[in-house]
Amino acid sequence: MSCGLYSMSDKEFDKTLDLTKVKPYGDTMNDGKVQLSFTLPVPASAEATEAAKQLLKSMGFENPLVVYFRELTPGYTFFNCYGSTVHTVDFTSIYVPKVESTVMDMDQTDNFIRENIGRKLVVVGASTGTDAHTVGIDAIMNMKGYAGHFGLERYDMFEAYNLGSQVPNEEFLAKAIELNADALLVSQTVTQKDVHIKNMTELVELMEAEGLRDKMILVCGGPRISHELAKELGYDAGFGMNTYADDVASFIVQELVKRMSIK
Amino acid sequence: MQSKLGLDFKKVDYARSLAKNIADDVQAFVESYTTVAVERTLCRLLGIDGVDENQVPLPNVVVDELKGKGVLNQGVLFYIGNAMVQTGLSPQQIAEGVSSGTIDLVRIEVVDKKKIDEILRPVINGSIDRIRARRERRNHYLNTIGEGPKPYIYVIVATGNIYEDVVQAEAAARQGADIIAVIRTTGQSLLDYVPYGATTEGFGGTYATQENFRIMREALDKVGEELGRYIRLCNYCSGLCMPEIAIMGAFEGLDVMLNDALYGILFRDINMQRTFVDQFFSRVINGFAGVIINTGEDNYLTTSDAVEAAHTVLVSDLINEQLALLAGLPEEQMGLGHAFEMDPELENGFLYELAQAQMTREIFPKAPLKYMPPTKFMTGNIFKGHIQDALFNMIGIWTNQGIQLLGMPTEAVHTPFMSDRYLAIENAKYIFGNMKDIGDEVQFKEGGIIRNRAAKVLDDAVELLEKIVAEGLFNALEKGIFGDVKRPKNGGKGLDGVCQKGENYMNPFVTLMKGVK
Repeated sequence: MSCGLYSMSDKEFDKTLDLTKVKPYGDTMNDGKVQLSFTLPVPASAEATEAAKQLLKSMGFENPLVVYFRELTPGYTFFNCYGSTVHTVDFTSIYVPKVESTVMDMDQTDNFIRENIGRKLVVVGASTGTDAHTVGIDAIMNMKGYAGHFGLERYDMFEAYNLGSQVPNEEFLAKAIELNADALLVSQTVTQKDVHIKNMTELVELMEAEGLRDKMILVCGGPRISHELAKELGYDAGFGMNTYADDVASFIVQELVKRMSIK
Repeated sequence: MQSKLGLDFKKVDYARSLAKNIADDVQAFVESYTTVAVERTLCRLLGIDGVDENQVPLPNVVVDELKGKGVLNQGVLFYIGNAMVQTGLSPQQIAEGVSSGTIDLVRIEVVDKKKIDEILRPVINGSIDRIRARRERRNHYLNTIGEGPKPYIYVIVATGNIYEDVVQAEAAARQGADIIAVIRTTGQSLLDYVPYGATTEGFGGTYATQENFRIMREALDKVGEELGRYIRLCNYCSGLCMPEIAIMGAFEGLDVMLNDALYGILFRDINMQRTFVDQFFSRVINGFAGVIINTGEDNYLTTSDAVEAAHTVLVSDLINEQLALLAGLPEEQMGLGHAFEMDPELENGFLYELAQAQMTREIFPKAPLKYMPPTKFMTGNIFKGHIQDALFNMIGIWTNQGIQLLGMPTEAVHTPFMSDRYLAIENAKYIFGNMKDIGDEVQFKEGGIIRNRAAKVLDDAVELLEKIVAEGLFNALEKGIFGDVKRPKNGGKGLDGVCQKGENYMNPFVTLMKGVK
């Protein structure tokens, strides 16, 4: 099965980096190497391996290689594969909307609030709807924070209220009104069947109906959330993987100051 | 047992006595209350099942009727029994009559209590026999086809569709799983009723219904016979329907149930009075049905830091042990929870995890401890995640855990694919075989990191237990002792379903089932 792994023949191609035609990198520029694993609902057999290879070809992979297979249960076979993709992307023409704020650390943010706003900001957060996961909202709000980034509760200039999980949108908004919130944080972890889209849209609609949408900064986050999606749903910003309390806090304070200067 | 950690067992005994104080205090409260969920469970024990034309379960119809008339405190057994005497109908027929409006339970003239007892007795005994038969059926399987070695390999299925779950579960069993947990759909814990029938739609899981239990049990019996290994089925009797789901599980032959009031209070914001009352009856049922309960202490470490809050897990395990004993649930059925949740960047973190797991093992020698995998620090880097799970598996076999809830490399990405489960089981089986007897071979250095760590966690646990004894558990929960989560005694969901037992109240099932083998 491993014959061809050490073949040099594949490497006779242009090895210069062209950002208009970017390809995956294995160990040589433009080799296009990709690793994949998947399961086909067929029994393990020579035909199954061939099916995996044909699938790879139709996905745009040259030299498809099945390096491992195993029947998981009768009629389902798991494959580990490699291939060289023929596809490229034009990196120079890519535009991704991003949260446009300078990331500051906790002390800088606290100072920024003292100097530019002069009062504590009220932030209310929750994992809303039926979502029972608190990991995300806890990482952003709890005193301890996550991976060395302190949460909003630790900031001197934030009054942070973490309402926990499974908070209905109505209850969330009622609490926000009661506390006179400056910013709302919505955490969504479960995204199966787009349940988060419905839930997040509902909150925006509720806020609009109450005439509150412009009065509070509305931010969402979660492992499957992007800024682009957030904007599309009517949120001010969205924070995905590898973002922390610093990112969220920096955005809130800068956005608030921006709005104050417009008024 | 010789302690490998040099644990001070006098201190352990003292900790246990403190936990007993705390549990007794809770029990004193529990004894004089009932809840809508307990009463619905009694309906089911009388054989009331099915739904009305609006899909409302008949147990809800009956209980809501009594609650609406302000007489729930007398209990359903009293009213149903009385109606049986006066109408000659079966409990199911009476429930249907209540539903259609032809029977008004409260208006039926009350007969002598002896007559009620008499007419209920055969119905009650019928249910007891039904549960006992289920338990014997499991024992028969265990005595004939047998089971996998410990730690039992526990994996989840979560497709949302019970029929697809069956495909996944069969595959997992063939790959080596010993316990299949059907994750519930998001939000079911907050429903104050149990949906009816087979279901094919759910978010992040599948509805727990009696029919879904039956479908999965049948599939696992079949695959167990094929493999020559009994496959256990796990579900969740937590949330607002604790005892109801316990009784459905007892009827359908479930083997393992998540069953932890503290978890519901802290992480689902369920009212503490409600859920302690519910928990008691659910544990009585689980004890009698031979069901292993799992407790949810691992969750404390997802909201608090696993190093700093390690002692809170031990404290909660000790309290849960005493609460379970008060419900007659034997130690052999206590899957007390703990977890491998320290930051992987922590130097010597493995040693602290090892200390914690070994300590938990030694303090609860008979319990089939439920050991939970890393979740908080799983990042989407599936390759590193697979190694984190490997370290977790090493500790599982090393410290002789009872139930190893396997971590998936794709934790934090999606609910497991069939292949993720395969990779996780392969990982566990490799390590369980390759390191099988390491626990017997390796000792821990006196005065070393591991022994010192275990001693410190025990000391911290004793200190916290003393505080809780002084405050009472209800007050301590209000102050956020576990998981940094604060819950008010009169807050949360389900409080309006609690009422004090009245003078006619009866629940003979507690006596018939509690601590009975």
